Amino acid sequence: MATRGFFSSRKPPTETDARIPPGQYLEQGFPVLSAGPTPRVRTKDWSFTLKHGPRPIKKWNWAEFNALPLTKMTRDIHCVTAWTKFDTAWQGVLVDDILADAGIEAPTGFLLAHGYDGYTTNVPAKDLTTGKAMVALLHDGKPITPDHGGPARLLVPHLYFWKSAKWLNGLQFTERDEPGFWELRGYHIYGDPWREQRYTSDP
Amino acid sequence: MSEAPQSPWQTAKITRIEKRTPRVTSFFFALSRPFAYRAGQHVDVRLTAPDGYQARRSYSIASAPESGATIELAIEKLDDGEVSPFFHEVAAVGDEIELRGPLGGHFVWSDSDGGPLLLVGGGSGVVPLMAMVRHRTFRKSAVPVALMFSVRVWDEVIFRDELIGLDDRRDGFDLVLTLTREATRRPSDYSRRIDTAMVMQALARLPQPPTLAYVCGSNAFVSAAAQALIDAGISAEIIRTERYGV
Repeated sequence: MATRGFFSSRKPPTETDARIPPGQYLEQGFPVLSAGPTPRVRTKDWSFTLKHGPRPIKKWNWAEFNALPLTKMTRDIHCVTAWTKFDTAWQGVLVDDILADAGIEAPTGFLLAHGYDGYTTNVPAKDLTTGKAMVALLHDGKPITPDHGGPARLLVPHLYFWKSAKWLNGLQFTERDEPGFWELRGYHIYGDPWREQRYTSDP
Repeated sequence: MSEAPQSPWQTAKITRIEKRTPRVTSFFFALSRPFAYRAGQHVDVRLTAPDGYQARRSYSIASAPESGATIELAIEKLDDGEVSPFFHEVAAVGDEIELRGPLGGHFVWSDSDGGPLLLVGGGSGVVPLMAMVRHRTFRKSAVPVALMFSVRVWDEVIFRDELIGLDDRRDGFDLVLTLTREATRRPSDYSRRIDTAMVMQALARLPQPPTLAYVCGSNAFVSAAAQALIDAGISAEIIRTERYGV
């Protein structure tokens, strides 16, 4: 349905059209969204725990985690609030390298990411492995600011950005796909921007 | 597993337009498919150009869930925006607009959730808080509520007459206005940015400490205000935030 009197004023050039998922617009800034206050986590207090269900598999402190192989990733990101930002540059530890350091392969098909603020979000293991996702430590070559989830945040760029949990302190393998914070509050269980899976009722 | 209702796109007709402040105008939409919603929820609005290009934005609902099949969206005009200038410059009564909702299951409050409540809004961040205040009024709820509302100047106080009218009832709703660029007009108000001392004085107006706090506005506002709440002794766990992102 065309809206009377509405003409696109910000239509991107054709060559970038293909990079913008349906219903999204191109944003130059880097908006900040979160469900609660911004936690201030000092790196000397920071740790990251890999779990299988309730059982810890391995725990790293900041220095140990930073000693893992670092990988660069530059990706377009897509927020469910409809902005897309091109070419965001990150550096961090691939989830593959975390599992390798722990000496395991994914024991189940699903994970929950946990944040210092109590936030959780679920992501299938196949979406976190094979080079698809990392625990990011740097953005644009600098430590990630608290607003953007520092010291460490999950980066799963091919899903809506609420999956890229801020203030990350752990990944937990779960036996089944367990909805996280927003997934329990009306947002899609998987969140593929290219299929516009924004809300629970979206196919 | 979810509290989310089905929320397909629907058309809604603009039935009334009311200027609230120089930059904020309320649009009243008659829903073609009425839905139940909770105070604090939002809708997505979608505009479609003749070439098929679509622009979508989220807007909080300002009306109380009790107000029926017409919802109020109070839309601030952003000069570099794409959707808000359309509403301010083009949209007219009788226009049909596509929207879907209700959306969002976190920044919501019902009187059955109890309180006391501390609400903190910056600029148009007051909109979802207004839905909560109106819901409380509709329900004749006794839950004590303090609303701290920060704007630059007196003329930008959205819903000003209504809020002051509710404040004057002295029924457990307390309005704390703070003007950041102008002298205050009411003796109980402030003229500076929200800080810890101001939060503590607002808390003193509640009979007990709040069990829930809601903070909404720009990212800079929410960051500063949420920190002021924490420094005033409010647990981060009871603070819910909603940010415009920029």
